[in-house]
Amino acid sequence: MCTYQTEQISVEGSGKGATGWFALSEATVYFDHPVHAMAEHTLNIDFRNPGRGPAARVAVELTAESARELAKAIEAALAAAPTALTA
Amino acid sequence: MSEALTAKTVTIAGYGGDEIEAYLAVPDDGSSARGSVVVIHHMPGYDSSTKEITRKFAARGYAALMPNLYYRDAPGASPDDAAAAARAKGGVPDDRLVGDVAGAADYLRSLPGANGKVGVIGYCSGGRQSFLAACSLQLDAAVDCYGACIVNAPPEGMPLKVTPIVGLSKDLSCPLLGLFGADDKYPTPAETEELSRVLDELGKPHDFHTYEGAGHAFFSVDRPAYRPEAAIDGWQRIWDFYGQYLAG
Repeated sequence: MCTYQTEQISVEGSGKGATGWFALSEATVYFDHPVHAMAEHTLNIDFRNPGRGPAARVAVELTAESARELAKAIEAALAAAPTALTA
Repeated sequence: MSEALTAKTVTIAGYGGDEIEAYLAVPDDGSSARGSVVVIHHMPGYDSSTKEITRKFAARGYAALMPNLYYRDAPGASPDDAAAAARAKGGVPDDRLVGDVAGAADYLRSLPGANGKVGVIGYCSGGRQSFLAACSLQLDAAVDCYGACIVNAPPEGMPLKVTPIVGLSKDLSCPLLGLFGADDKYPTPAETEELSRVLDELGKPHDFHTYEGAGHAFFSVDRPAYRPEAAIDGWQRIWDFYGQYLAG
């Protein structure tokens, strides 16, 4: 199925795409059909900077299990860092 | 049938007269009474798999044209980048879609050998758009492959700017073939049954098939969703349907 659902957030940081590093301005997150991964549905994240054109994109397609593990790992890494650095 | 064909990228006038990219496939059969098909790509965009489908119609004797619905969002971008850009913008506006299909249909009617009959087919989001085009334009046959959000509203919180269009059913200009998967959630069998009921009430000719053991995107040969039995039967129904309404 097409889930159509899309979360969109503003982000600050950088990503490395096909032509090198660029500043990121937004991320879209959705659970839908992948382009490349061999699964019917994946958790897809597009880190983008539309101001630099559609190719300014870092894309990942993760199985649901992998995406949940990634979310836990991000939280764990942030929790392990000194609060003064992550506030 | 030799299945010989010529395929290339062309520029057509779409919604508002905008010049947009499109993929054209035409049989090399010298026919002087050929039907035509506008192919509406799925949500992942103007990609190789949908170009392959466009060529498949030409191999069967139809001139086929697929407009790049995301061209304005990302001209020259790779299909996956363009699809990501279009998704972030909320998808293709309905009026723009209708204008682009109208431009594609006009282009096909102007080709040498065209018999003036034009069908439309769409997959995934294109299924809804095929129905929308058939309710907005004078066409000769329409195929909806698992299009959602025709009867039901999209899930809350989604940024895609699509609304139910079942209210347009009274304006459906041509017979409609619907091919769906019993395991699909968008659209559910209940949604397509409701659309069938509405069309029955209005006396609009339609032929819907829901395949057991198939879900969304069962025509996609390069995805795990591919279901050969459903896809092979579905293609045969498409050939029969277009043979009836677009031939000669």
